[in-house]
Amino acid sequence: MDYFVQWGRNPWSEDILTHAQWNLVYVSIVLGVLFMIAHTVYVAIVPKPKAVAPPLTDPVAARVPEKVKRHSLGARMFHWVMAASMLTLLFTGFVPILGMKFAWVQIHWIAGLVLTASIVYHIIHATFFLDFWSIWINREDVREARARTTRALGGTAPEPRKAGKYPFDNKMYHTAIVLSSLAVVPTGLFMMKRVQTPLFSRDPYLFADTTWGYMYVLHGLTGILLVFLTMAHIYFAIRPEKFWITKSMIFGTVSRQHYLEHHDPARWVVEKQK
Amino acid sequence: MATIHDVMPVFELFQPASIDATLELLDKYKKDAWVLAGGLDTFDWLKDRNKRPKVVVDLSGVQELRGVKATADGGLEIGASTTLTEVVRHPMVKEKFPILAEAAGLVASPQIRNQGTIGGNVSQDTRCWYYRAGWTCYRAGGNICYADTPSAINREHAIFDASRCVAVNPSDTAPALVALDAKMVIRSAKGGERVVDAEDYFIGPAIDITRMTVLQPGDLLTAIRIPGTWAGAQYYFEKVRERQVWDFPMVNVAAAMKVSNGTIQGSRIVVNAVAAHPMRLTTVENAVAGKPRNEETARMAGEIAVQGAQPLAHNAYKIPLMRNLVKRAIRGEAQA
Repeated sequence: MDYFVQWGRNPWSEDILTHAQWNLVYVSIVLGVLFMIAHTVYVAIVPKPKAVAPPLTDPVAARVPEKVKRHSLGARMFHWVMAASMLTLLFTGFVPILGMKFAWVQIHWIAGLVLTASIVYHIIHATFFLDFWSIWINREDVREARARTTRALGGTAPEPRKAGKYPFDNKMYHTAIVLSSLAVVPTGLFMMKRVQTPLFSRDPYLFADTTWGYMYVLHGLTGILLVFLTMAHIYFAIRPEKFWITKSMIFGTVSRQHYLEHHDPARWVVEKQK
Repeated sequence: MATIHDVMPVFELFQPASIDATLELLDKYKKDAWVLAGGLDTFDWLKDRNKRPKVVVDLSGVQELRGVKATADGGLEIGASTTLTEVVRHPMVKEKFPILAEAAGLVASPQIRNQGTIGGNVSQDTRCWYYRAGWTCYRAGGNICYADTPSAINREHAIFDASRCVAVNPSDTAPALVALDAKMVIRSAKGGERVVDAEDYFIGPAIDITRMTVLQPGDLLTAIRIPGTWAGAQYYFEKVRERQVWDFPMVNVAAAMKVSNGTIQGSRIVVNAVAAHPMRLTTVENAVAGKPRNEETARMAGEIAVQGAQPLAHNAYKIPLMRNLVKRAIRGEAQA
């Protein structure tokens, strides 16, 4: 257990959890690098079958506009605000631990509040203005993922359909980020009660030492996990075959060709604007 | 609560005879090594079992670290292991920088000054008793400041720059050295020699909550160089402490001022025991530049000095205390 957490002693001579074991940051970074190398090698050795788009003479394809809107301006703004605040949080949270000392606390909690606000905005936006369920993993995704894995390992399974608006790996990443956020955001907000901010009066005794200990450990371990997740996300964002997805997060659209190659028009319905 | 034991815990003791040998040891043992100069801060930590170094490197045999010598620019170089009594009594210190002699003379008691070194005085750890009791507070690597809770006793703690930890720097010589624009000479086996302004030698909890100075494992403060720039300036040092016999400062102030025809040409004003580092009051320095050294300027300086102070439950008294000390420093001893 001590490989994962640090212990301390409080004035009542009780052993209390204090932090995650910070050496795990190095483990997270190394795992991130290894994952990138392994994936690069795998893709080089086992190339994915080239995605084929139906001809434009196909009546369904013919209905698809030249540029397919994938992300609204609001969704893109959320993504980049979240990305900036997440990178700021990881930088301010871990770089001082790795040895570069600077006044990080204030930047950290301000970035945390920006992240929280952006998540609240995203929840409202996604719930009321977007196709809420399009990003969540469903039974069909699981079935198809199983089939895809079976085929990749040389077994026989029905060929999976093309993705809806979000491919399975996007959905998995979203789920991982949601779960991480559920751990890191509430704990971070409560931890603000332990530092001086103009927003709250400081009260380190809001919870018992044990509860605080769990919070700090959860916050730290999730932060360490996010180092890995962020590395993986950036890696996929800059991979050449995925770059069209990244571009869509900048410009909001994907080309008709990419849409037809990678998405199933029946699962992600788009129509030409009249 | 930590218990004072009557015997020293086990550690390996090294007594090198040169700086190079010391640096080799510090480089070899890094975080496991503890530098022992006068021992006045050290023995509390060790006997309380709240710091458990594997190795103690005793500097008492390193003669190169002792003594005061003049430098070419009209300043002085003081070896880090020079005792406070030697600093107080040294003719060159008294002649050129009497403010340092005065500050060193107000440290603790004669016995402690005989044993304590100037390097140790500037590098000592904070006196926050919650921290020194051995509990895992922020400064000890934990996630709480026991001195800043609704029920904490924090009369001696910070009113400025508290970032999670509210401990203060307790040194008397540190503000005098910052006021004199001293340079701290730090050596390490791998990094060679680096010279750090005294102002930058001390770090607050916002930057690094577990250290009071820039010294890293493997580093050794070897000397303090005071440039001739402020030699002959008008000085002021005052320390307010609870027990006049011997005590750490509740607040102290050090000022070096160049005054011409009653007008302040330039100054360096530093207050300690109000933050985790000696606090140079640059806003005050700028405000009083070009102003007559009189009551009105002093009053203005005092008001500016305490702007932004954030008292804790029991240390609001430090605000008027600091305001008055700065006021007295600007006004000058004659009118104090």
